Amino acid sequence: MEAYLYTALFAPLVGSLFAALFADKPKNLVTGIATSTLLFVSWISSVVLLIHVSHGGSVHVEMMDWIQAGGLSIPFGFVVDQVSATMMFVVTTVSTVVHVYSIGYMDHDRSFNRFFAWLSAFVFSMMVLVMSDNFAGLFIGWEGVGLCSWALIGFWYERDSASWAASEAFIMNRIADLGMLIGIFLVYWNFGSLQYDVVFAQVDAMESTILMLVTAFLFIGAMGKSAQFPLHTWLADAMEGPTPVSALIHAATMVTAGVYLVIRANPLYSEVPEVSYFVACLGAFVAIFAASMALVNRDLKRIIAYSTLSQLGYMFVAAGLGAYWIALFHLMTHAFFKALLFLGAGNVMHAMNDELDIFKMGGLAKKMKWTMIMMTLASLALAGIYPFAGFFSKDKILEAAFATDHYILWATLWVTAGLTAFYSFRLVMLVFFGEERYKIFGFHPHEAYKYMLWAMAPLALLAVVAGFFEHDFVHLVSYVLPIEEYHVSTGVFWTLVAVTLGIAITGIAVAVIVYSRGGFSKKLEETFVYKLLFNQYYIPKLYNDFICKPYAELSKIFWKDLDLKVVDATVDFIAGTIYKSGMVSRVVQSGNLSNMLRWMGVGLLILLIAAIFYSPMR
Amino acid sequence: MFEAIAFYTFSAVTIAMFTITVMSKNALYAMSALAAGMIMISGFFFLLDADFLGVVQIIVYTGAVMAFYAFGMMFFNTTRLVKENIRAPKLVFLLSGMSALLLVVALVAPIVSDHIEPFYPVVEGVENPQAVGIVLFTKYLVPFELAAVMLLVAMIAGIILAGKKMDESLTLKVDGEDEFQNKGSK
Amino acid sequence: MITLSHYLIVSAILFCIGLVGVYRRKNLLLLLFSTEILLNAVNIGFAAVSKFYGDLTGQMFAFFIVAVAASEVAVGLGLFIVWYKRRGTLDVDSMQSMHG
Repeated sequence: MEAYLYTALFAPLVGSLFAALFADKPKNLVTGIATSTLLFVSWISSVVLLIHVSHGGSVHVEMMDWIQAGGLSIPFGFVVDQVSATMMFVVTTVSTVVHVYSIGYMDHDRSFNRFFAWLSAFVFSMMVLVMSDNFAGLFIGWEGVGLCSWALIGFWYERDSASWAASEAFIMNRIADLGMLIGIFLVYWNFGSLQYDVVFAQVDAMESTILMLVTAFLFIGAMGKSAQFPLHTWLADAMEGPTPVSALIHAATMVTAGVYLVIRANPLYSEVPEVSYFVACLGAFVAIFAASMALVNRDLKRIIAYSTLSQLGYMFVAAGLGAYWIALFHLMTHAFFKALLFLGAGNVMHAMNDELDIFKMGGLAKKMKWTMIMMTLASLALAGIYPFAGFFSKDKILEAAFATDHYILWATLWVTAGLTAFYSFRLVMLVFFGEERYKIFGFHPHEAYKYMLWAMAPLALLAVVAGFFEHDFVHLVSYVLPIEEYHVSTGVFWTLVAVTLGIAITGIAVAVIVYSRGGFSKKLEETFVYKLLFNQYYIPKLYNDFICKPYAELSKIFWKDLDLKVVDATVDFIAGTIYKSGMVSRVVQSGNLSNMLRWMGVGLLILLIAAIFYSPMR
Repeated sequence: MFEAIAFYTFSAVTIAMFTITVMSKNALYAMSALAAGMIMISGFFFLLDADFLGVVQIIVYTGAVMAFYAFGMMFFNTTRLVKENIRAPKLVFLLSGMSALLLVVALVAPIVSDHIEPFYPVVEGVENPQAVGIVLFTKYLVPFELAAVMLLVAMIAGIILAGKKMDESLTLKVDGEDEFQNKGSK
Repeated sequence: MITLSHYLIVSAILFCIGLVGVYRRKNLLLLLFSTEILLNAVNIGFAAVSKFYGDLTGQMFAFFIVAVAASEVAVGLGLFIVWYKRRGTLDVDSMQSMHG
């Protein structure tokens, strides 16, 4: 099994290095095919490992010693248990699909090879993140995905907006990573180890204050990576990257790393209900907050990005309520349908020459039948309609919230479910149905390549059927995660299902009806609420005005007053002094033998004085 | 008593001769005084029981080196008084005086280590030249041979350097080369 | 009684006379005379130490100094002659081409 583990882990790295060899060369189809093949190999290994651990047990290897310093001992260890096997399956599945899809999507890009190098490097980092058996390895993977995310958001670095978005994402994550790092330090300080099993074994003996600090700081890291409020702005801006990147990194895998961290550290979180409750509340807030922004946005990819945020909120609610397996389950189903949704959006963008305004589209269903079908499937799954994957996981989250008597959380999520359904179908309606507005703007849409559609097919299949594996999934993760049965009476259960389905269907119906009649009146756009939502609650503006600008001012002050007048002046003074003393002492170098002899005499005098008064023999 | 008289005489004469060497404006006087001083120094060596060194001093210095200088001076225009543009003469005496003071202080002060063990003690009952020969040709054989080679090299170098264009008169060309000299000094 | 210190002081005085010469002489030939004085002054010191400590090493050094002095004179005079042929003077103020 170790061979499979290493194959799963290192195949993407090999692919990345191979593609990197051609990074500055013109497009070479081999790089795309090679990386995709290697990822497929990694996928097979992951599936084998998943089957292997499905009957209990886990694979644990220590590749080598990494850090051995004093009492600190961190091996390069990897563990494949049921949780990481699930994550590996999700990551490799989506990545393989995205790789194949990208061969078509990046067809005309001149940095084709570089793209695949970074994409595979990302997968490798993600695998390190999920497979590591200690917090340090997790952190390395964590930073690795951050780096690859930066490079891929800023892939088209010629565009100012892209490099800006990349830097924003990187800096936001850095702020959060500081919290994460402090959390890891605290873990090492108090537990004396960074190995998961060692740490979790000592949880009971720890004071609750320490646990609270540890979990809070780790959650700050998770907030950054999973773009939770108030560090959420980077995710929407990250849509500057190529769409496959958005599908892989900013929907399916990297942003869920925060959820993964909470799930992985569940023995810690389950000991501190206060922090867990905060996690749940923040999740619920972000769910409805992001969904409300998605309601009015006109940008195809940003809508999906906000929906990702919203769904991450759902996952955090589940994790915060102690239903870790539900969080993981929703993470998995969400990865499938959200990646599908993004890839569909990629097809639309391709067809529309990278136009993103959904009000310039419409009626694309005729031209792009298969894309339309797949995106509708994905939207149904996102909205949580039976029998699609989203229904099962989302319903479970609502059930957990209700059963644990968190009615406010439940109500929030319930409303969000309606909003989700509404904005998903607003998108579908505006893009694929109704008036063919694109003709006004002179676009000539066309369907994507066949193999791109075929590449998306597995995701479409999984988005439809993944929910039916719920019982197998519960069985699988029950080896590592606590499974709580929620005791609600049958009547209440069915009522809940009906109510949830009801609001989802209502949302869809409203969207379909309103937008098939030409949408809301323009007057709505004049209202305060619309403006508030459209401007993302003015949060980017607030950040800009209250953090970025004062910081820039402060930096300017430091530059002008401190750097130029103190630091530079000091350096210049030293240089000037040396220069001037050189000019003065230049006289010594007269080239006159007589003068030199006199200087020699001065030296002799000094030596004599030294010999007499500082004799070491005395 | 005899030693004291001899020592003070030699000291006085040597100091006087060397002072003339250093201060005189006439190169010939300076050279003659130097030669005289050298002979007086050999007197010190005899006083110090370094007979062989004294003989070498007379032969090498007063015989060879001074003859060398004498011949060398024939190339230069030594009949004129030497014109020297001495800058800051006070500084010269200040530097030298300070050095002298410090040296004297250093030497009069009790010798740092009074219990120096002789490396090659003077053997009783052996004549100085013999003793010198024994040490020079045993312990110092290699440096001695090296010194011999060095002297040979120096001799060849001197001949080659001085021997070029020996047929040209130097003293008669002095006026003609003034121009060149001025150019070089700028 | 003449002690070691007497000889050493004479040696120091002669050395300083040599130093005066080195400092004030501008004529290269006379400068060389001054260095000869320096070397001889040191020789006296060596011989004196040799005598009063009963060690022949001092005399050995004196010999080598004499040898060095002889070589120096041979090469030095050769160089002076070459220089004199080129410039017609032995004044050190005439050689300042290394002026900084």
